[in-house]
Amino acid sequence: MSVSDNPVSETSFVRRALVTFVYGWLVLFLILPLVVVFVEALRQGIEPFFAALIEPDALTAIKLTLLVSAIAVPANLIFGLAASWAIAKFQFRGRNMLITLIDLPFSVSPVISGLVFVLLYGANGLFGQFLITHKLQIIFAVPGIVLATIFVTFPFVARQLIPLMQAQGNDEEEAALSLGATGFRTFLSVTLPNIKWALFYGVLLCNARAMGEFGAVSVVSGHIRGYTNTMPLHVEILYNEYNFVAAFAVASLLALLALVTLVLKSLLEWRDARNGKISAH
Amino acid sequence: MAAASLPGKFLNRAPSIIPGFGLTMGITVSWLSFIVLLPLVALVLRATGIGFEGFAAMLGDQRVLSALKLSFGAALAGALINAFAGLIIAWVLVRYTFPGRRLVDGLIDLPFALPTAVSGLALAALYAPNGWLGVPLAELGIKVAFTPTGVVIACMFIGLPFVVRQVQPVLGDVDKALEEAAATLGATRVQTIFRVILPMILPALLAGFALAFARAVGEYGSIIFIAGNLPFKSEIAPLLIIIKLEEFNYEGATAIAVIMLLLSFAVLLAVNLLQSWGRRRTGLGS
Repeated sequence: MSVSDNPVSETSFVRRALVTFVYGWLVLFLILPLVVVFVEALRQGIEPFFAALIEPDALTAIKLTLLVSAIAVPANLIFGLAASWAIAKFQFRGRNMLITLIDLPFSVSPVISGLVFVLLYGANGLFGQFLITHKLQIIFAVPGIVLATIFVTFPFVARQLIPLMQAQGNDEEEAALSLGATGFRTFLSVTLPNIKWALFYGVLLCNARAMGEFGAVSVVSGHIRGYTNTMPLHVEILYNEYNFVAAFAVASLLALLALVTLVLKSLLEWRDARNGKISAH
Repeated sequence: MAAASLPGKFLNRAPSIIPGFGLTMGITVSWLSFIVLLPLVALVLRATGIGFEGFAAMLGDQRVLSALKLSFGAALAGALINAFAGLIIAWVLVRYTFPGRRLVDGLIDLPFALPTAVSGLALAALYAPNGWLGVPLAELGIKVAFTPTGVVIACMFIGLPFVVRQVQPVLGDVDKALEEAAATLGATRVQTIFRVILPMILPALLAGFALAFARAVGEYGSIIFIAGNLPFKSEIAPLLIIIKLEEFNYEGATAIAVIMLLLSFAVLLAVNLLQSWGRRRTGLGS
């Protein structure tokens, strides 16, 4: 056994063994699942791959996914800005309670997140009768998918901004206000530049989850092909029809989205680490 | 901003010259009520209509019990494995420099970023009897796809980042001087790790364990493809909620959901207590 020359680290044998363990674990449990998606998607070559992506049902699924995220992400962006301003800039009783409530959707199973909207707006739900008389459909339609997506992505932006804005305090805003800036001007010229990267980070994670949400959307969508199928739901249908190449082709698009998200996230974190700013975690 | 903040002590607010409290608090509370609170109220209302007998009937149903046992059991097993692997990964990432460290660090979050349906498909393809890992495992006599083992594998996949990301910052904050002191006083490296460092990061490790567990209990997308969903055997509780909904058995779906939520909230409460206990004890990771 080799003796470590450094009393506060492990022997080089142990270090090497642990690094090997980490690489082994990563390859087995993270990299292989990622690689298999692309390999399966391209199994029969490039043509069936693209054919699966431009087929009409796939295109409607892609469009619906983009539409849902185009509504859900700005909704949570505005909410996140408002919530973090109210919570971080002011002292009031019940702040921690409010933060807990905002975080709540993270601790609810995606399936239950869908279920609560069925219980609320479904034909048999709390507002079911009202919606039927007014010929409004939410469940098994696009509004339900949007609502369920907003629910599961609810905390993303707010939870990035609140700790950062709390750490930054009010000094700069108070200076701007006392120099005569309006509240809105202060927000735009003082607060926003300070939080823009955390905001981008929150939006990035929110968007990834919004486009990829499966469980909650699955419950409220009704799986109506070419109408209420998002990309993840389309993947499931293709897979259940044993159309594996097409399923993995659409899945590989979502995997690409995840990779882009990860790269941007890492770039932001390295940037923060270099600038010695508060970590986003 | 246009809307002046409400005068007086709305919500017992301390005085401030910063404007916009009324507007932003108004948006926050109304949006929170509409998106989160109202739907949860619908769940609670429906649950009160079920009554004690309804819940008892659900808990007496063998299929429901098996599903709950599988969801909680597999989540527990997955979180335990993740606590072990996640601790080593966090240790290596914080303490060692090695080629590809940044890449490894970035990849840890893959299960967060990858849509659950995609991970589900990928795991099913890997562990299928003819898959890359399914073939060698079958030769060893291990069957993963369509068994509870497959559910555990999926729980391991989605839970890993929770443990690593909880432990990493706390481990980074541990004061090297404490280790040096232990070494100077004659402790072996193993003693230092188990008596000095591990007690300091234990609260973070437990918190990561609990978060991974809570996530895995409710997980749906990553699991259903690899599980095969055989009733009594590899059917998870969230899937059973969907099955009850498809049978228009709203009471049944609600009862299972409420049971799951109560159990999960108990776990999260424990996380919060552990974290505040750990912070008081070590002053780290706050």
